[in-house]
Order: sequence, then C-alpha cells, then structure tokens
Amino acid sequence: MAKEEQDKILNEVTESEYKYGFVTDIENDDIGKGLNEDIIRMISAKKKEPKFMLDFRLKAYRHWKTMKMPEWAYLKIPEIDYQDIIYYSAPKQKAKLESMDDVDPEIRATFDKLGIPLDEQKILANVAVDVVMDSSSVKTTFKEALAEKGIIFCSFSEAVQDHPDLIQEYMGTVVPIQDNFFAALNSAVFSDGSFVYIPKGVRCPMELSTYFRINAENTGQFERTLIVCEEESYVSYLEGCTAPMRDENQLHAAIVEIIVKDNAEVKYSTVQNWYPGDKNGKGGIYNFVTKRGICEGVNSKLMWAQVETGSAVTWKYPSTILKGDGSSSEFYSVAVTNNYQQADTGTKMIHIGNNTKSTIISKGISAGKSNNSYRGLVKVVKNCEGARNFSQCDSLLLGDKCGAHTFPYLEIGNPSAKVEHEATTSKIGEDQIFYCNQRGINTEDAIGLIVNGYAKEVINKMPMEFAVEAQKLLQISLEGSVG
Amino acid sequence: MLSIKNLHVSIEGKDILKGINLDVKPGEVHAIMGPNGAGKSTLASVLAGRDLYNVTEGEVIFQGKDLLDMEPEDRAKEGIFLGFQYPIEIPGVSTVNFMKTAVNEHRKYKGLDPLSASDFLKLMREKKALVEIDSKLTNRSVNEGFSGGEKKKNEIFQMAMLEPKLAVLDETDSGLDIDALRVVANGVNKLKTRDNATIVITHYQRLLDYIVPDVVHVLYNGRIVKTAGKELALELEEKGYDWIKEENGK
Repeated sequence: MAKEEQDKILNEVTESEYKYGFVTDIENDDIGKGLNEDIIRMISAKKKEPKFMLDFRLKAYRHWKTMKMPEWAYLKIPEIDYQDIIYYSAPKQKAKLESMDDVDPEIRATFDKLGIPLDEQKILANVAVDVVMDSSSVKTTFKEALAEKGIIFCSFSEAVQDHPDLIQEYMGTVVPIQDNFFAALNSAVFSDGSFVYIPKGVRCPMELSTYFRINAENTGQFERTLIVCEEESYVSYLEGCTAPMRDENQLHAAIVEIIVKDNAEVKYSTVQNWYPGDKNGKGGIYNFVTKRGICEGVNSKLMWAQVETGSAVTWKYPSTILKGDGSSSEFYSVAVTNNYQQADTGTKMIHIGNNTKSTIISKGISAGKSNNSYRGLVKVVKNCEGARNFSQCDSLLLGDKCGAHTFPYLEIGNPSAKVEHEATTSKIGEDQIFYCNQRGINTEDAIGLIVNGYAKEVINKMPMEFAVEAQKLLQISLEGSVG
Repeated sequence: MLSIKNLHVSIEGKDILKGINLDVKPGEVHAIMGPNGAGKSTLASVLAGRDLYNVTEGEVIFQGKDLLDMEPEDRAKEGIFLGFQYPIEIPGVSTVNFMKTAVNEHRKYKGLDPLSASDFLKLMREKKALVEIDSKLTNRSVNEGFSGGEKKKNEIFQMAMLEPKLAVLDETDSGLDIDALRVVANGVNKLKTRDNATIVITHYQRLLDYIVPDVVHVLYNGRIVKTAGKELALELEEKGYDWIKEENGK
C-alpha cells in the first residue's frame, strides 16, 4: 500500500464519534419478537428450507433450551431477554437482480457511505462481494467468474437451495449444535450467511469478502459462515462489519466453520467494528461469536487475522483443531476497547496430529474505562508427537482507568511438545506522545501512529484492502482517549 | 528571534526557573551551561511546550508570536526543534513513516502539498548524507534498540529533515563517544545558516570544541548568572562550577 494513501486515511479521520452510525430506511419483513418452535418453523418455511434444515434447527433449539449462558468470561453482561428479540428480518427486495442498477438506491447509498467496494473500480480491484444487509443477501458479484473455476461463493440460503448435499455434509461438523449456548442459539435461528466451497487443486483468484451490517432495530443478527477447502486448494476470505448507531443493545451470535483438507490453505481475516456503545457505555452490540476451523488434512494451514474495535461486549475465540499431521495454524489479533467496552477474546489451538504447529500473536489495546482480556488455550493431546506452539500476548494501556488481563491455559499431554508463551504489558507514554508533538504531529495522530506501530505485526497479515481499513479503525476507535 | 523575559517556571509547586532572560538572534549559537539541577532541561522542555511545567510568570516571544500560547506541535511547526536528552523509542513505527508524517505536517502548516513518496525519499537520502547517518538506522523503528549514540545521531537527522529556525539541543553530548560527538557536532555545524539559531545545552565544555558558541550562559539555581563569549566555557572547564556556586551563594 502506498504510504500517501495510509497518511491520507490517517489524516482524513477527524471525528471521534462513531462514524458509521446511520440507519437505512428499508422496509423490513419481520416476524415479531420471541423464540419458540413455531418461530423456528416459520423462519425455515420463509426460507423454503429442506426438511434436514428444519430438523437441524429444532434439534439445536431443543438443546439450547437446556443450556445456560456461560459466565466464565471476564465480562459483565446485563441479562438478555431472549424472548424480546426479533429472530428474523430481511430487507424486502424486488425480484432477482441482474446488475447494480437494480439494487435498491437506499441500500446502495448506505454502501457508498461505508465505502463498500461494490463499484466498478473495486470489481477491477478483483474483489467479489457478497453483501449481507441484515439477514438476507442483497447482491452477489463475481459469482460467475468464480463458478468457472468450480468455486462456490454464495449466501448460505442459496447454498441450502442449490447445494443441499454439501451443506448437509459439513454444517455443524466443526461447531456442533451442542457446542455452546450461543452456537446452539445460532444453529436454531440463523437467518443467513455465506458459503464458500473451493474444489480440489483450485486457488481462489481473488479475496472473498462479505460485509455484515445490522440494520433493523431490535433484530438479533445470527450469521453462519461455512468454508470448505478441498485438497490443495487456497482461499483468502475477508469479513468486515459496521453497524448503525443504536441505543438498544443488539445481540449478535455468529458461527464460522472452516474445513481445510490435505495441503489446503485458508486465510480468514476480520475487521470487526460493530457499534460499541456511546461514551457512557450506553448501547452497543453484544457479540458472541463461535469461530472454528479444522485442519483436517495433512499439511493443511489456517490463518486467522483479526482487528476488533467494536461491540459493547465481545466474546470470541477463533480456534483451530490441528488434526492432520504437519498442519499449522496462526492467529493474529488486535483487540481495541475504549470507553466502557468489554472484550474477552483469544484463541484455542488444539494439537492432535503429529508435528502440528501453531502461532498466536495477540495485541490488546485498552483505553477509557474498558476491560480487555486475552483468553487462550493451547492443548496438546496425549498421542500428538512433536507439537510446537509460540504465543505472544501483548497489552497496551492508554490511561489508568482501563484494564488488561491475560488468561493463558496450557494443557500439554505429550512431553515432546514445545510450547512458548511471552506476555508484555506497556503503556502509551506521555513521553512518546510529546516526542511526536515536538516533531509537529498532533496528539490524535500520534496515538494513531503509535498504536498502528504496536499492531503492525497483525495489520501486516491482513490483506491490503483490510489493512487500510484496519488502520483507520484503530485510530477512530481510540480518538479522544488521551489528553 | 527568541526573546525570553523574566520566565518563572515551577513543577509541583517547586520553583525551577526563577526569572530567565535570554535573547537569541538569527545566525547565533548560544550555549547554556550549568551544574546538574540548575534548570537547563526544564528550560528546554518549557520552550518545546511540555505540559508538566507551570509557567508562573514571564513571557516568551518567538518570531513575534507568543510561544507559550501555542500547542507543542504548533511550536514545532513554527520552527522550534528540541533535540531530546533521552530520545524516545516508538516500537513498530518506522523512522521513514514517522519523518514523513512530521515533514508533511510541517508542509501542511505552511500551506504546501505533501511530498510525493519519491521526493520524500530523495530528501531523506540528502539529509542522511549530510549528517552521516547509517541507512540501517532510518529503516528501523524510531529509536528502538538504538545505542545512546545512535539515538543522538537520529535526533540530528530529524533536525536536518525538519530544518528548524531554532534548535534546542538538550545535553546532546551526554553519553557520546568522541566519534559520535564529532558526527553530531558536524551535523549541527552543517545545518547552521544565517537565518537559524541554535541553543546548545550542555554540562561539559567538550561539545563546544566542535560547536563554537557565540554566547555562553551559565544557568544556576534557576537564573542565568553569567553571560560571556566562548572563553567562558573554557574557564568553566578549568575551574568547574564551584566558583559560580560560591559567587551566587549556595
């Protein structure tokens, strides 16, 4: 990326209020509040799902009813009334769309404000975008180009209609319905999401990206992503979120499942910028996400890269099961909390196959009165020979009213494992800021510069498009936090 | 260029500077010497706008503007450069990116367009050659893992890049071996013009063998107690500071 572009973006960022807080006026096709078997049947019927889907949802719902919300995380969460949530809403659309001209102008204007790359230039930039507006897919670009290579990239609903065999084979295999409270809830009520299938030996020629956006008031967002990478295939998948400003707390419980076969590689990148609540901790998204991949095949690879700046509450541990011999996984994360945000986030690396390798680089940044926790598990099972892990967890504090916490868990069942853990905590010094000031750089820009320097290891792992957005977000998120 | 009148400064209720008067004209090099704790670094910090200090009395006029009324970054852009006694490390931020941001902020302040990447790199090459700084240093993160000498050379490099009107070098010679000292001093001498001025703050006379001052001041107990030509530095070297302390009542 050109340096000027970086600088330009840093410079143009001047407001400290959440920038993407606007609401698009679109008619919503809601089904009313509450959750019971009838609602689930209604969701399934609205989506014209085959029977196996309804069975899956009902099984998940029945299991969910027996479960309790987990309380082990370092989070204070007000009680959530699950009967006070609308579990399905989709923007009303005219018939199938042929081109951009057919997209609802309201929606297009929203995307323009967000700078979502749906326009010609971005298509030239080789980005295919599957946009999720609330719960149902609005527009998918580049599908045909991908189809030529046998790649399937579509909304989850379409996949259920067009590729039910694949969905039935893989859905719920990495994150089973009984996995946890939020996974069960998602499995019961999820409305849409994305599906990616890369056939054997195919390198996906472009970055696949999806933008999620919560729009309807009081609507929980339950997305589900499934990525299947066959042998010797490769894909880089980008997920980015922005949400409009709202006072009500909004529940978000997504699931991501990734299956990586022999010698295949997946990069999964996220920029998460859900509305974090205002300066006084009012409002904001509750984000409970279950992301997990399995490196099923030999020498398979899965990389997670994430920049997390949003949400009032974040509960999220992208994890990898290293099952195939010689498989490897990397986790790169920057999590920013400001004002009253709370984040309990990290990863799990489960070493099962021999000579499996994992790397964890976690960078927490806390400001305001926020709490930012890293929680990570490295597990090596008894029969796993030659596992290696390196973990580095750094915390950066801005001010003295915020908290940074590290909860590393190591469960090592085999003596041949080599596991390293490093952790540091530092503060952005007044000295550093003054040094920048003295060179002519104002305090906001100085913080952006220092924080981006601190997070560089992670940002460098993001695809270029996201790296720009990520840098911008880091600075926006921390504006007004010092001085 | 710079006019300090009756400057009183305190920190946490303790008076550090007790009525400083100083005039610096374009083209001049002033040395401020004095024993430890005299207030030398405080004076440098106050000029640069560090907010740890309270100015309780007096005024500082820089090129006709009230300096004390300006934010630190605006003072920098008006042309004040502080060479830090202990330059700060900024991990992960490359010197190139740091300097590019700084240079373009200065340009913006003057109503100029930002430099293109190639023009900026060209400028960097010129200035690196001028101050004889190793390219390896500028490719690394700002001051991160630099030796004491490297940090000071980096300060002089930054000064060359920003072309200040008034450079205040705070104990730039401390912790330098003789080679580093020469590089630093050469840099300062090469950057000297008829239009800019330098204030060299130092404890020892050593640096003044290389940077020849027009005026030497002795700062003691928050006041400038002696002002003379460059020969004063030699006298201090020979006799130490005790006679100053005695003259001014311990």
